[in-house]
Amino acid sequence: MLIHNKSIVLTIIMTLSPMALADDLGQTIVMQGNGKGAMACSICHGASGAGQAQAAFPKLAGLDPEYMQKQLEDFTTAKRNNPVMSPIAKALTKEEAVAVSSYFAQMPTPAPASANVDEPLIQAGKRLAEEGNWANDIPSCFACHGTNANGIGANFPALAGQHASYIEQQLNAWRSGQRSNDPNQLMASVSQRLSEAEIKAVSAFLANLSVTEH
Amino acid sequence: MLVVFMLHTKINIKVMPKLNLRVLRLQLGAVLLSSLTLSQAFAADKDYQVELPAAPEGSVTFTSPNEADIPNNAFGDAVRYGQSLFTNTQQLRGKYVGNELNCSNCHINKGRKANAAPLWGAFPMYPAYRKKNDHVNTIDERIQGCFTYSMNGTPPPFGSKELTALVTYHYWLSTGAPVGQALPGRGYPKLDTPAEAPSVSRGEVVYQDNCAICHGDNGAGTQVDGHYAFPPLWGKDSFNWGAGMHRVNTAAGFIKANMPLGKPNSLTDQQAWDVAAFMNSHERPQDPRYNGNIAQTAETFHKHQCFYNKEVDNELRGQGVK
Repeated sequence: MLIHNKSIVLTIIMTLSPMALADDLGQTIVMQGNGKGAMACSICHGASGAGQAQAAFPKLAGLDPEYMQKQLEDFTTAKRNNPVMSPIAKALTKEEAVAVSSYFAQMPTPAPASANVDEPLIQAGKRLAEEGNWANDIPSCFACHGTNANGIGANFPALAGQHASYIEQQLNAWRSGQRSNDPNQLMASVSQRLSEAEIKAVSAFLANLSVTEH
Repeated sequence: MLVVFMLHTKINIKVMPKLNLRVLRLQLGAVLLSSLTLSQAFAADKDYQVELPAAPEGSVTFTSPNEADIPNNAFGDAVRYGQSLFTNTQQLRGKYVGNELNCSNCHINKGRKANAAPLWGAFPMYPAYRKKNDHVNTIDERIQGCFTYSMNGTPPPFGSKELTALVTYHYWLSTGAPVGQALPGRGYPKLDTPAEAPSVSRGEVVYQDNCAICHGDNGAGTQVDGHYAFPPLWGKDSFNWGAGMHRVNTAAGFIKANMPLGKPNSLTDQQAWDVAAFMNSHERPQDPRYNGNIAQTAETFHKHQCFYNKEVDNELRGQGVK
């Protein structure tokens, strides 16, 4: 009886805990939108957060929650200018942005999105990701995005298994200045030194990488 | 880790024979010590602190061989093992390595990058007389020095498979480099004396704006799954007070040419000097040559641009952290 009571209390505490509420809120917005201008995230990013390769909608499942929060914040400014995401981000409250970020962050990471079999392209991308191209002052991707591009904290997102189309689009956005929300302009500096061929190769390689579990 | 050493002040060892013996034991190892008579050791003015000359001017032309061309034989195995030790030096943690660094933290791109103390710039210059320990050093002994200071550890012994592999890796990266000729791109660049003396407080601002994102607000680096993704710059897990990188001038040259990673030469010279001063104004592991007295140790080994035996925020630096 005593144990039974305890478990009831525990259930109530867990149900009412801010985390659980945030999860509910996150799930609601992801699946249904917030009814105030932010449509359901799942329409483009999928219910499992896998994104869509053809449309260059990024995979969000398993990304760092603070990283995603920051992106939603930056979409409301000129730092990350995007005609689709900017109005949605502006329609989200801070609390809602935190909730959807946490919701996607705790999702299991889907298998690699791409099945690119252009082996020479993949190998060229692998060299760049693992070694960099120091003749042109380009460090390896892994130096900052972590071993196997699994991501490091809020500033260096995971790239393993991300859609090649999205990575390519973002590298070009940095080059053009359409995206300028990287800390200390680290990615802008590197992307400006990347050639078109290098961008294609490294995007293909990273998309083919499986995320290794932490 | 450090190839560049400098100092202007000469000291007379005769005044502290006791300390000198201690130093010799530590530095020379039993083999060399036995062949060195005391009269030789005490005969001349010694300076343990002088830097190597700057790299020659000119564009970098030397290129190391491709990794894919490491031969598939016993020699190639040693090259590969040496490279593995060089990039993941933490596999020697507790044995020869006493901190959380890897060789490749400072010798960027696996020891290949010009102006980041490339191994091809160092290997062909040995054997060489080094004032840091006042005798002719082979490359083996030079690498041992990195373990004592930069890695805050215990050097792998002469003839050990680890040291032999590291030397082999140095040799292979230097394939085709002229012996005994200093190449452009060796060591770290020497910066001109800054317009204003390096400032710790200005450096702190530079640090927070440019470095903290990877190395953390307190210089402790960033860990992922128990491994350092970005290395600690000071404190117990970083290089010790005897490493060349603790010199403000050495660090300034390294930082200017290499940091932030992916944005080389983006800081002004003054910013590089200031942030180097900030980094090196913090406490770190004790100099292994410490003789129990910070002032004496400083007199013998630290009459250069560093914070050993200097006060920072009313605290004496050089006390060491464990």
